[in-house]
Amino acid sequence: MNHELVEKNVGWLGILIVVAIAFGGLVEIVPLMFQKAATEPAPGLQMRTPLQVAGRDVFVREGCYNCHSQMVRGLHEEVLRYGPRSTAGESVWDHPFQWGSKRTGPDLARVGGRYSDDWHRIHLLNPRDVVPESNMPGYPWLAEQAVDGEEVQAMMRALKIVGVPFPEDEIAGAPQAVAGKTKMDALIAFLQSLKVPQAPAQAATEAPAAPGGA
Amino acid sequence: MSAFWSWFVIAITVMSMIGALWLLFSNAKGKMTTEDTGHVWDGDLREYNNPLPRWWLNLFVLTVVFAVVYLAVYPGLGNFGGQFGWTSDKQLQERLEKVEAKREAIFAQFGDQGPAELSKNPAALSLGKDVFLNNCAGCHGADAKGAIGFPNLTDNDWLYGGSPETIVASITNGRTGIMPPLGATMDKDTLEALVKTVAHWGDPSLDPAVREKGMAQFNTTCMACHGPDGKGNPMLGAPNLTDNVWLYGGTTDRIRQTLVNGRQGKMPAHQPLLSKDEIKVVAAYVYSLSH
Repeated sequence: MNHELVEKNVGWLGILIVVAIAFGGLVEIVPLMFQKAATEPAPGLQMRTPLQVAGRDVFVREGCYNCHSQMVRGLHEEVLRYGPRSTAGESVWDHPFQWGSKRTGPDLARVGGRYSDDWHRIHLLNPRDVVPESNMPGYPWLAEQAVDGEEVQAMMRALKIVGVPFPEDEIAGAPQAVAGKTKMDALIAFLQSLKVPQAPAQAATEAPAAPGGA
Repeated sequence: MSAFWSWFVIAITVMSMIGALWLLFSNAKGKMTTEDTGHVWDGDLREYNNPLPRWWLNLFVLTVVFAVVYLAVYPGLGNFGGQFGWTSDKQLQERLEKVEAKREAIFAQFGDQGPAELSKNPAALSLGKDVFLNNCAGCHGADAKGAIGFPNLTDNDWLYGGSPETIVASITNGRTGIMPPLGATMDKDTLEALVKTVAHWGDPSLDPAVREKGMAQFNTTCMACHGPDGKGNPMLGAPNLTDNVWLYGGTTDRIRQTLVNGRQGKMPAHQPLLSKDEIKVVAAYVYSLSH
């Protein structure tokens, strides 16, 4: 090819740049869209309750992802600190996913169950009450804002359209499930749900039967 | 990855490498001349039209050579895993095993000594303190003196018992202490009498009539957990109400809040988070704080 063609014709230049970049996406992104590991939920992945859906919205609204990732990378330092590495199947029901790319605070992908609800409440009101050296801001207004049941219902409907299979009765019962809860309660419920998916017990009992037994 | 997608990746990767080489050499022809492109800038700036310098061209060729070697030994070409058989999972596993072996070697020096013996061992205490600061200080504080709602671990006053075995059990399986909300079960006068009785348990200056009323209520609603003499029950984690140690504060306001709204004390289980050895040394450290 003669380089004059692209140097003297900006249209061709643009088209060829797009083609060159598309090769990367075709190889790195497109095949993933057809891999079960990336498109199907991890075994045992729990669907969020209405309160957790509301809490996730608070997490996004307050920009928690700006300082907290939800992605344990496959490095031994991280696995030792946070727990098993994250897999793509854990995030298939997250729209948008909250992997994040910056850690001013610790990763939260495995924070569920690590602290008590009371601890989270104190910590979210004023982090320095429990972690004196923390530079995280307090979020006291969350304790005063009520969760809007209708809004949660609408969020669940929207999530269902993009592929989270919420059962209809769960969506119908959402306003009741979050009645009287604050945004703080919702955020804490969401944080406590961030755990390694536990594969159902029956899968574990079936597995050893296959190779003929010990 | 299915065979189709594997070949899809391989085809595009190989083709783009060949394409890059073709583009490179098809533009490398031509000779050095003094003929210019005909563009003129600022009146007298002109541009030669020469091929890339040879050394520069070779740098581009080297990137393609690097890619060929890389794809031969590391995974990248679809399902072809590369000659080294490297995977990120395998690397993670190997490194974890290495750390695990190192850890085992460190903990081996303690043999099967229990937390009580280890609480006299400076090496174990130093390890235990590290585990404490990384996992426990968030609630119990870096000085282990706790906060409102999070027990002080240095005062030798224990909700669930302070023997080394109990400490290990508390850390391993966690604890759940529940004080039910009792606001709705009594009238205001009775509540106030009960609050005063609890706040001034051994205080002789408390009006005997108030104490009598408070104790009557105590015996019906509180005794089952806190015991007839208010000294608590470590089986349930029910606190001793007669001493001056208060998990949720001992002022009348605080006690009223506790009574009306209840409390939920939760120590998370640390079994999957910490190894048995780590639990042992951190228990030794906690035990040493009050012994």
